[in-house]
Amino acid sequence: MTSSASRAVPTPQPASLKGGRTGRGLLVILAAIAAASLFIALLFGTLPISVAQVFDSVFFPIPGVVQDVVWRLRLPRAFAAFACGGLLATAGVLLQVLLRNPLADPYILGVSGGAALGALGALLFGAGLAFTNLAALVGALSAIAIVFALSFRAGDWNLHRLLLTGVVLSAGFSALISLLLVLAPQGQLKGMLFWLMGDLSHAGASGLAWLLLALVLLVFTLCAGSLNALALGALKARALGVAVSGLQAALYFCAALATVAAVLLGGSIGFVGLMVPHALRLVGVNDHRWLLPASALAGGSFVVLADTFARTAWAPQQLPVGVFTALLGVPVLLFLLSRKP
Amino acid sequence: MLHAERLTIAVGARTLCRELDLAVAPGELWAVLGCNGSGKTTLLHALAGLAPAVAGRVTVAGKLLADYSRRELGRALGILLQREDQEFWGTLRDYVMLGRYPHARSLFGWNATDEEAAARALAAFDLEPLAAQSYGTLSGGERQRARLAQLSAQNPRLLLLDEPLQNLDLRHQLKTLEWVRAAVRGADKAALLVLHDLTFAGRCDRVLMLYGDGRFAAGAAAEMLQPERLENLYGCRVRAFGSGPDAHFIPVI
Repeated sequence: MTSSASRAVPTPQPASLKGGRTGRGLLVILAAIAAASLFIALLFGTLPISVAQVFDSVFFPIPGVVQDVVWRLRLPRAFAAFACGGLLATAGVLLQVLLRNPLADPYILGVSGGAALGALGALLFGAGLAFTNLAALVGALSAIAIVFALSFRAGDWNLHRLLLTGVVLSAGFSALISLLLVLAPQGQLKGMLFWLMGDLSHAGASGLAWLLLALVLLVFTLCAGSLNALALGALKARALGVAVSGLQAALYFCAALATVAAVLLGGSIGFVGLMVPHALRLVGVNDHRWLLPASALAGGSFVVLADTFARTAWAPQQLPVGVFTALLGVPVLLFLLSRKP
Repeated sequence: MLHAERLTIAVGARTLCRELDLAVAPGELWAVLGCNGSGKTTLLHALAGLAPAVAGRVTVAGKLLADYSRRELGRALGILLQREDQEFWGTLRDYVMLGRYPHARSLFGWNATDEEAAARALAAFDLEPLAAQSYGTLSGGERQRARLAQLSAQNPRLLLLDEPLQNLDLRHQLKTLEWVRAAVRGADKAALLVLHDLTFAGRCDRVLMLYGDGRFAAGAAAEMLQPERLENLYGCRVRAFGSGPDAHFIPVI
C-alpha cells in the first residue's frame, strides 16, 4: 500500500488533456461560425449586396451606398446582436452555476422585468430612445438591488431564497407590465410589444456591451476551477478551499450586469441564455474553462443569425428577433435532448 | 495539530457537545464514536470551518481557524463529507483533480505536480482502470473511493473523515484504513475518523465519544473501547472478544 502510493505511476493518456483538446477544437469551430454569422449579417438585407461587395466594403471601403449600408447599418447591428447573444448566454452559464438549477436563465432574477417596467413606463409617456434606455437601466438596477437586499444575509446566502425572491419579483413586474400594456394608447402598443419580445432595430453603439462581455468572460474563465468546484455544491466547494460567499456574490452581480447590458441593447430577447449553455452541455462541454467562451461565441452567432432572419424574412417589415431565437432554438434543443447519448 | 478549546456545538435547540477540549497531536489517528444524531458530523463541520460553533475556538497547526483564508485552509485541512448531493459531469480523473484546487498555482489548469498527485491518488484506491470513465457511471463504493482519492490528492495536513468506510467492500475498508495510517504515520499529519465499526476504531490511537447530550469522553483507544463504556454510549449490551487492538465487539441479542 505504502509502496504503491509512493511509486510514480505512468499515465497513459490523461483524460483532462483529451477534454482540453476537444474544447479547443470546439472553440475554433465556434469562432469560425461566429465569423461566418457576422459575414452573413452583412450580406443579407433590403439592399442586395454581393459577397464580393461585402468583402470590398469591409477591407477596401469606397464611399458609396453599399459602404454606408454595410458600415452604418448592418455592421453596428450585427455587432450589437452578437454582444447581446454573448452576454445573455454568459449570464445563463453563470446563473446556472450560482443557482444550480437547470431552469435558471438571465431573466429569472427579475432583471429583465425591472428593465421592461422602466422602459415601458418611459414609452408610455412618449419618451425618446435615450430616456427609455435610462429608465430601463434604473428599473433593472432597482430589481438587482431589491433581490439582493431581500435575499442576502451575511455569512449565509440562501440560494433558494434568492431564486424565489427573483421569481416572485418577476411575477410582480409582469403584472405591472400587463397593466401598462392595457393602459397604453394603441399607437404605442407595437413599440412596447417589440421591446418585450426583444428587438435589435433600435440597438445603439455596442462598445460598452462588448467591453463588459470581454471582462466577464476573462474573469470567470480564469476562475473556471472555482466554478467547476462550485458546481459540486457550496459545502463541497468550501471544503475544497473555494471562498464561496465572495464567488456567489460576484456571480450574481456579473450575471445581472451582463443581463442589463444585453437588455438595454435588444430588449428581453428570450431563450438564448437558457438554450445555449444547455445545448453546449448536451454536446459534452461541461468544464467551465471551455463552456464560458463557447457559450459566448455560440450565443452571439445565434442571435446574429436570428436577427438577420428577423429583418429579412418579411422585408421590409422588421420582426422582433426574440421570436426567432425561440423559433430556431426550440427545435435545436429538442433534437439535442431526444438524441441518444 | 488541531486544538479545540471549550467548543460548544448545537443543532437547533439541541446542544450536542458542551465545552469540548480536544488536542490532536501530529501522527495521531482519532476515532469519533457516537449514536446517530449525536453530533459527529456537526463537530467535524465545526472543526473544518464549514459550520459555525456556538462558542469556543479551534486552532489548526497553531493558527486560529478564523485567520485562515479558505484556500489556505484547503491545504491545511481536508474533509471527507458524508454526503455529496450534486452529480458531477466529468470523468473520475476530472473529479479527483478538483482535489488539487487549493494547490493550483496557475489559472490555466493543472501542472505536473497536480497531475502526479492525482495519479498517485487514483492508484492508491485502485481507480486507475476507471479514471477515464464518467463519474456518473460509478457505483456507490467506487464513488466513495473517488472521494477518498480526491482528498488524497488534496493532501492536507489534517484529515477529517466522515464515515470513510461507508459503501466500501471489505478489502477497500482495510485499504482505506491503511492509507490513513500511512498518511499520518511519521509525517506532520493527523486524522479524525467518524466510525461505526468498532474493530477499525480499535486500530486508532485515541477515541472521542459523543453522547449527544453535551457530554463527551476522550482517551486512549484501549481504555475507551471497553464493553461498559460502549454499552453506556450506544445503549445496548456489548460483548468483547479478544483484547488490545484485535478486540472485536458485538451486540448481545
